[in-house]
Order: sequence, then C-alpha cells, then structure tokens
Amino acid sequence: MAKITMTVNGRQVSGTCDDRTLLVHFIRENLGLTGTHVGCDTSQCGACVIHMDGLSVKSCSILAVQAAGSSITTIEGLAKDGELHPVQAAFKAHHGLQCGFCTPGMVMTAVDMIARHGSGLDEATVRYELEGNICRCTGYHNIVKAILAAAAEMGGARQAAE
Amino acid sequence: MGVEGIGARVARKEDKRFLTGKGRYTDDMSVPGMKYAIFVRSPHAHAKIRSIDATAAKEMPGVIDVLDGRQLTADGIGNLICGWMIHSKDGSPMKMGAWRPLADQTVRYVGDAVAVVVADSVDEARDAAEAVVVDYELLPVVTDPVKAMADGQPQLHPEAPNNLIFDWQLGDAAATDAAIAAAAHVTEVKIFNNRLSPNPMEPRAALGIYDSGDDHYTCYTTSQNPHLARLVMSAFYNVAPENKLRVIAPDVGGGFGSKIYIYPEEIVCLWASKRTGVPVKWTCDRTEAFLTDAHGRDHISTAKMAFDSSNRITALKVDTIANLGAYMSLFSSCVPTYLYATLLSGQYDIPAIHANVRTVYTNTAPVDAYRGAGRPEATYLLERTMETAARELGISPAELRRINFIRSFPHQTPVIMNYDAGDYEASLNAAMGAADWNGFADRKAEAERRGMKRGIGMSCYIEACGLAPSSAVGSLGAGVGLWESAEVRVNAVGTIEVMTGSHSHGQGHETTFAQLVADRFGVPIDSVNIVHGDTDKVQMGMGTYGSRSGAVGMSAVVKALDKVEAKAKKIAAHLMEADESDIVIENGELKVAGTDKSVPWFQMALAAYTAHNLPSGMEPGLKEGAFYDPSNFTFPAGCYICEVEVDPDTGRTEIVQFVAADDFGNIINPMIVEGQVHGGLAQGIGQALLEGVHYDPDSGQLLTASYMDYAMPRADDLPSFKVSTSNTPCPNNPLGVKGCGEAGAIGSPPALINAITDAIGNNTLTMPATPEKVWAAAHAAN
Amino acid sequence: MYETNYHRASSVQEAVKLISGAAEGKYLAGGMTLIATMKQRLAAPSDLVDLRHIAEMKGITVNGRSVRIGAATTHHDVASSVELEAVCPAICALASHIGDPHVRHMGTIGGSIANNDPAADYPAAMLALDATIVTNSREIAAADFFTGLFETALNDDEIITAIAFEAPAKAAYRKFPNPASRYAMTGVFVARRDNGDVRVAVTGAGSNGVFRHQGMESALAGNWSPDAVGNVSVDASDLMTDLHASAAYRANLIKVMTKRAVAAA
Repeated sequence: MAKITMTVNGRQVSGTCDDRTLLVHFIRENLGLTGTHVGCDTSQCGACVIHMDGLSVKSCSILAVQAAGSSITTIEGLAKDGELHPVQAAFKAHHGLQCGFCTPGMVMTAVDMIARHGSGLDEATVRYELEGNICRCTGYHNIVKAILAAAAEMGGARQAAE
Repeated sequence: MGVEGIGARVARKEDKRFLTGKGRYTDDMSVPGMKYAIFVRSPHAHAKIRSIDATAAKEMPGVIDVLDGRQLTADGIGNLICGWMIHSKDGSPMKMGAWRPLADQTVRYVGDAVAVVVADSVDEARDAAEAVVVDYELLPVVTDPVKAMADGQPQLHPEAPNNLIFDWQLGDAAATDAAIAAAAHVTEVKIFNNRLSPNPMEPRAALGIYDSGDDHYTCYTTSQNPHLARLVMSAFYNVAPENKLRVIAPDVGGGFGSKIYIYPEEIVCLWASKRTGVPVKWTCDRTEAFLTDAHGRDHISTAKMAFDSSNRITALKVDTIANLGAYMSLFSSCVPTYLYATLLSGQYDIPAIHANVRTVYTNTAPVDAYRGAGRPEATYLLERTMETAARELGISPAELRRINFIRSFPHQTPVIMNYDAGDYEASLNAAMGAADWNGFADRKAEAERRGMKRGIGMSCYIEACGLAPSSAVGSLGAGVGLWESAEVRVNAVGTIEVMTGSHSHGQGHETTFAQLVADRFGVPIDSVNIVHGDTDKVQMGMGTYGSRSGAVGMSAVVKALDKVEAKAKKIAAHLMEADESDIVIENGELKVAGTDKSVPWFQMALAAYTAHNLPSGMEPGLKEGAFYDPSNFTFPAGCYICEVEVDPDTGRTEIVQFVAADDFGNIINPMIVEGQVHGGLAQGIGQALLEGVHYDPDSGQLLTASYMDYAMPRADDLPSFKVSTSNTPCPNNPLGVKGCGEAGAIGSPPALINAITDAIGNNTLTMPATPEKVWAAAHAAN
Repeated sequence: MYETNYHRASSVQEAVKLISGAAEGKYLAGGMTLIATMKQRLAAPSDLVDLRHIAEMKGITVNGRSVRIGAATTHHDVASSVELEAVCPAICALASHIGDPHVRHMGTIGGSIANNDPAADYPAAMLALDATIVTNSREIAAADFFTGLFETALNDDEIITAIAFEAPAKAAYRKFPNPASRYAMTGVFVARRDNGDVRVAVTGAGSNGVFRHQGMESALAGNWSPDAVGNVSVDASDLMTDLHASAAYRANLIKVMTKRAVAAA
C-alpha cells in the first residue's frame, strides 16, 4: 500500500492505494471523479486521457504511484466558474459527441492538441493527432469540426489578448 | 418550426453533463458495501467440465465467495433464450440448444463463463479467478459454418444434428428458377459478409443489488432496453418476479445492437448479490467484450440475378449460410431471415425472388443484430451483384439502377415488404451531383499521372425500420410486441416530463423528444425533461434498436401529446369562457383565436392541479399516456457514392470522398440526423476496409481480441463526409419520419467495395479490403 | 495486474541499488509497454524502479554532428527538438510517428530500445544510424545490441542511460502501419554517410526482429536513388506472417518503404 499526494484540478489530494493501482482507478475510485473512463486494455482508445504536468497522457497506462507529486487535470477541472471551456463549447455547438463515453478523453486530447499547434491546425493534422482516441459514434466528422472551430476561436482570442 | 421545434438544429440538452465528466454510466455507480465480480471463463472453444475446484480461490485475500454453474442451476435460474421462433421449410421449429448463464456441463466457445468470483476489489477477484481450477475434457472444435454442417463434425448441441438450427426459405422458388432459366443474362456472385465486433466504447457492465428486507432486486446495466431486460429476466430466467426487479439503464455509452441482449453477467450479478448478501458489480474489459459481446454479420452467400434483353431484372435467387455462433442469442434468428431476406428486392422492381437461409452453430461467440442487422447483408449482396451485372452487361451502374427502380408506391415486393413511399431517382441524382460523378474520368486520369489508381462506386440501399406492427411480427415468430409507450406529465407549474420506453445511448432523445413538446406547446425545451431507462420511473416500453425511436417512440409521444393538448384546450376554454374549438396554442399560451384573450401555459397547468375551477366532471391533473403500434415499417432509402485512391505499391486505400444522399422523411433535428449518418458511415466503412473477427479454425481461439489486432476506424482512416437529405414523408406515422440510425452502416460497404474493385480492375475482393488483399487483387488484375 | 512494489529513483546509482535488492525487479521508464503488459498479467515484476525522475538521463545534446540523447527523453521531446531537427530530421520525424500524442508524452527512447519490440520504430534507426547504446556500465554498438525478439545485450540490472550517434548526411524513415495496432507492419530506416556508406534497417517485418538489408545497402551504395531499389530481391523466408500481412507482402513493403525513404532522405 502506498500513500500518495498529488494536485488534481488545482487541489491537493492524498490517498492510499496498492502500488499496482492504475492512475485512472485512483482518479475514479479514490477521488470519485468518474468522468475519466476506461474503454480498452491496450492503451489505444484514449477514453482515459488526462493532463499530467500539462501534457496529455493515458491514465490507464500509468500507475497512481508514478503520478505522485504531479499536477493532474481531469475533464472535471476544465470548465471554470460554470462556463464551458471553449473546446467543450465547440463540441456542443458542432455535435461532436453522441454517447459521451469517449468525450472526456477527446476533449482533453483536443485541449492538448490546440495548446501544441495553436490556431494553425488543419484537418489532416487533427485527424492524425486523434490516432490515440477512438470514437464509435460520430465517425469523427463533427469532432474534427469542433476541434478546428475551437482552435480558430482560441487562436482568435489569444490574438485579441495580445 | 420554432427555434426549438420540429426541424430545428437544436444543440443537445444532454451534452453538458457528458462534456464536464458528469455523465453517469453503470461503472460509475457505487453503493455502500459493493463488491466486485470477475468471471472465470473457458480458455477452450469446446470442452466438457469435469470438475471445478474453488477451494484455494476462496481462501485468497478479499474473496467473498466463488460461485459456479451447478449452484446456479440448483437455484433454478433458467436458460438464456432466443425470442423469435423460426420454422424450417419442412415445418419443424428451430433447434435451440441450452445456454446456461454459467456453463455447468459443457463450454462451447472461448469466453463461455463457468464461475464467478466476488471479492473486495477487482484485482483481488482477478487474482482469485486465476486460482479457480477447472478440469476440462477437450472436445473437437469447428468454427467454419460450412464445415460445421458436414457429417462427422463436432456437434455443439444434441438438439441440432449437423449443427443446423434451421433451413428456412422465403419467396417463390419455382417462379424464380423459371425466370433464371429464361433469362437473357444471369449474373452470379459469391458474397462473404465478414464477422464484426460491435465495440461500443463503453464496455458492458452490471451492478446487482439484492435487498433482503423487501426481497427486492435492483440492476444497473448497460442496456438499450431495460424493460425487456426486466421482462426476460423475470419471465424466462427466474431471477425475480417483475414487481420485485427494477432495471436501470443509466447513461449508456453506445450500443449498436450489442446491448439489446440480456447476457449471462447481469443475471449472475443479481443472483450472486442474493447469494453473497452484498451488491455485486461487474465491468467488462475490452478483451472480454471481444470474446463475449454478441458479434454481427458472418454470412456466406451466393446470388443469381437474371436479366431480360432490356436489362430489366427478372429474378433473384439467394442461398445464404449464417453462422450464429455457439448459442442462439436473443434475436439471432430474425436477423438472417425477416430482417434480411425481406429486403432483397432493394430499390428494384423484381418480379420473382427466392431466398434460402441455413443457420449454423459453431464454436464461436454468439452472433446477433449489429447496426443494420440483416439489412447490411441484403444490401451488400444486392449492390455488389448490381455492380457486377453492370460491368458484365457493359452499361453504367447508374443506368442499370435507373432501369430497374421502383417508381410507383405503394409497392408490394415478392418478399413480404410493402414499400409506402420513396423517390430513388431523386437520391441517386443528388448523390451523383454532389460527387461530381461526371467529372470522375478527369480525376482518374490526374490520379493515374501520380501513379495512383482511382475508382468510384455507388450503392442504392433501402432499409426497413420501426419493425411493426405487433400482430404481424407476432405471426412471423416474434416473442414480443414492437409498439412503444409514452407518458406526458405536465406539472402544476407547467414544466413537462415525458416518460418514454425508448432508450437513448447516444441518439440525443433528451433533445429531440423535447423538441416535439416545444413544437406543440411553444414552451422552451429547457422546461421539458425526457425520462427514460428506469423501469420504476417509466411505464413498460420496448427500448431502442432497429432505428425505431423516431418512427415508433416519438409517435407514442405524439399520441400522448394529442391527449394532453385536448385536455389543456378544454381547461383553457373553460377558464376563458370560450369554445374549445377556438383555442389555439402558441408560444406557451392558450389563446382564443381571433381575440386578445389568452391564458399562459403554466396558469392552465396550475388550474388543472388546483382543480378549483375545472369543467364539470373533469378529473384534476394533466398527465396522459399512450401506446403506439405502427401499421407498417418505414422505408428509408438513399444513394451512397464512394471515391477512392488505391496505392498500387502497397494496396492502401484512401477514401477521397464519400457522399450520402438519404431520404429519411421528415426530420426533427437535422444536426442529430447528420451525426447518425456520419457514425453509420464510419461503421460501414470500418466493415468494408478494416474490421474483421478472426478465430483460429483448429483451436477456436479468438485472434482479434484487442485493438492491437481488431482494426477500429480512426479519424485518419476517414474523410469528412458530404451528406444531404431528400424527403418523401412516411405516410404511416403521425410525424412522417423514417429511421436514420442504421442507414450509414447499411449503404456504405458496397459503395466502398464497388469503388475499390473499380479502381483495381478486379471484381474479386472480400471485406475487409485490407492493404494486402487489395495489393494482391490489383496485381492479379494486371 | 499482479502485486508489485514501486520505487522511485533520483539517480542512476540509486536505481541500480534499488533493483539489486529486488527479487525480480524491472526498470520502469515511460511504462507505455511495460504497464500494458503487466495489466494483461503477461509480466509480473516483484518491484518496479521508476527512472522517469532521473535528471541525468534526460535531454538532447548536439555537438557538431555528434548527437547524444538521454535515455529518459520522451518521444515528444525528440520529435520537437530544434537542435536535433537541424542535424538529423529523420529521427525527429520517426519519433513524431511513434504511438499517439499521449504515448509520445510518456514513452522514452531508452524504454523503447530496451524493450526491442519487433515492430518498434527506434531499433531500425539505431541500426541504420550505427548508434552506440550507452549504459551505466559500458557502451554497446547497436549492431551488437538487438539480439532477437524482445531480446537485447543488456545484462540484468543494466540501465540504458543514453544513445549516441553521428548524424549522417542523409536519412529518412518510412513505415507502413498495421491498420489495427498502428505499430510498424514494416518500417525502413535508410542512412547515407558522406563516405558513401549506406545502411538500411528494417523493423516490423523480420521474424527475428530488426535487421539490416545487405542487398538494399549495396544497391544504394552504388546508386543512391529510389530506382536502385527496383531490382533488389527481398527474401521472404525470414519474414513474419501474421493475421495482418504475409511474408510475401512484407517483402514487397520492404522494397516500397525503402524506395520512399530514399526519395524522402
């Protein structure tokens, strides 16, 4: 058993778990944040994507103890003051989700993707960057549209702020 | 239409919870004292169970109990059933072998459950499951359905000699044979429809809670039809009487058919909860899903299509062998029969059709309905045959279709269906226009200069959805009625709840069903709540599959709304001392036409509940229910065109454009309809290009048991789609709607294979068209 | 996953000490393969020693054309290194196509090389670049390092600390991904040095793991052009056949990927 401490969605949390406990299970079961999902066993579907120290990672392929001391953001930590994050808002506006199961991972992936590429994202890059996220409902069409729209809007917002 | 009414592109009400991580799926549920189940599964495809020894497993840390099939049998839990009776052409009933929720004597496919471990944690349960010692006596294995029918092969069930479940036919064999004999040209095609794994992203899960105080059971489960689950578990599996069993299907992460069925695991979780005295949760992992979720398709067919000298089809003869796996799943028998052979007329006027279908047991996972269910198999067979015929006859594929389109409605086909409305030429023209079909030759030449082989293919599909009416499906063998229910409850403050027997697992009912109410009463959709998925909250309903929620589920809502509207108008007329027939409802007000008198909606609702001033003899309250049984199927149809570029060096296929032109009748929310088409196309393209379940023929081991080996469509496998709709309203339901959930998966595979075979100049190619197969076929053609 | 004990090392020395005290210890780098293998209960180390927090194992240094990449450097950091891009863009491009963005944020070059998955990308680059695998106790030439499927020359408890190579004049990597796993179904790394020396290394195809293709190398040494590949014969008898591709198809892919890599270099 390990006692671990990390920062999750801006708050410091501690918990006890087996050394073999996966980060995703620590987040879901110890912290009760069930927005992060498990959709496969082989690190391919991306339903479990969160941000660790500012980068997107698959929480099903990391032990909770590996993440001790790090700063984690989950889907629950994205909206601020009741306002959807621009990526969340774009997914809603463009119908980028159906059953919602892959959605948290898709949104966290999109936020990371936009952070790395900015508003210069194009369709081919978005599709390539989604290699690690599987959606069975949308055919990706509207997910791609939503990410491009969010990138444009966030890029625009950044420019306006500069 | 209002901004939130019928036809409006309304953003979904349910999205916020999914986007912020607040969706509530079965695996998210947690109750005090809850323990975890792991199933011990057979590693062998066919074996007798000699003994099960759980002594060591029971001593392991955290283990509550280990239960096996003999205990389950002793407790009187029943066999899993197939709910649709099919009779062979000799009149004998289908041969249904026993399917135990936990095998007690024989295992028949890899993954068959034999015992369950309940422990404090998933890891501890898994540790103990490995320590359960099952002594198996291995039996020979057969996975190929053709081989399984031969003499001397392993027999799966004593009830089914030569593993034949039924040998069924539809249509006029003599007339069909005569027309083929007299034909100017006969096209013969061998068709293989590959086996698929549905793969909703949320794996199946179940939480069984037994309350000994009330002798009551609650089951949270990943179901497309919780009421059917309750009915079947109570009437057939003896889990609990219906009034002592509550089934809740909360947020469900996709289904595509695979979550229609009641599987062993939810039965076992409920039973184990009573046995152990603790709530028991089981969550499937992906490999378990590949092993045990019902698969789809797996047909081997030959088709003979006869033409007269003017290229009109005179007959179609089809022989199909369908692999149903080790057991008959809940609707497995109707998929290759009434959902398949009845659609073999397609969009064409074919005077004579005959289909023969044999279904077979093999040592593989059960096969049942998967998005499209029977209709993709019919469409693929027909549209590959049409394409092949066009090539043989030397006329354009569009022209051959135009010559044979049905052009007047209603149209009675020789295979039961009575098409009510359609305009097939309109969708063909729309698709060809959107795809710039006429510009293809230039694009092909340009691709040729880059060393790429470009091809184009089309598919004209028809499907039948909203399976109905109940009396008709009953006469064809269905064990249930296929109506739907709704209850509309207007609260005293005027807000509205709609209880529907339909179940949303991605389809957006919480929005589209609310749009119906908004449209009718002019109230904001935020004042309307759609309640579904809980047998304690919602009256009996039949759930969501076969694209039935619009045509059947919404029609029930419309019927209930009619009743609410009638009573609301009576109350308003009474309050305003006007004639009931003069009351109109607009923008949330009940008005007396031609005057400035009005009562706000909420005030009328309050009056219904205060009951201080109601028309004489009227009951207080405002709540109405309806059951709707359709008079016919609906028949969505359309034309899909796919254009590909094949890299001849590697065989890699790139889809350069995909056009879908569909006729779904009237549309409630175009944004959601387009989303359904996109998703269906991705699954159809997945079938044609990427996906295939493979078993080792000697051992029966599943070779595609994870995403490492089962190729799921990713974003970069697909293009952005060009979709459009035309509209011939369905005359048989009040909204004039047809279904849109499955069309994409039904129409797309033949368009893609027609395009690839066009590109490489070789018509022999099986799905999935993997790079190696395409490369080999391209080289064989040269 | 079976029970295991986790340890975090802050130096190479500490890591070696931690693992020497373990019954069946394993080093944990990014964990992108190891954790997945443990989840499937195909590996059961008694102890894991996490190398991700060892500062001395991270980072990229480029000195003229000499390159040194710390073993704990992630694929993402290799892919986005401006210094590396300037001398050997091929390895940046290779890293940018490993797994997916999330895997690239965790997975490390040392972990990938130590695992020597027959379908991994880096081993092909190491062979073709004639790289040196630097460990805590010695330096191993890539040619001697990859010894078979998931097998390397590493001793028990030995840690890869860095890899080093001289950037070639021209290099490129082309892979044809498995449609399901997206690992290389065949990947070819070509490198040409100013002295005319050519190396062609193939991953994803050989039944004994990564290998150099002498036929390609001599053809390209004589004529560094895609056309030179046309007449080289590729023997399929040592290649893998699996659900996704036959040996004959892989033999074809070796030619096509080599041709395309040469064209891109």
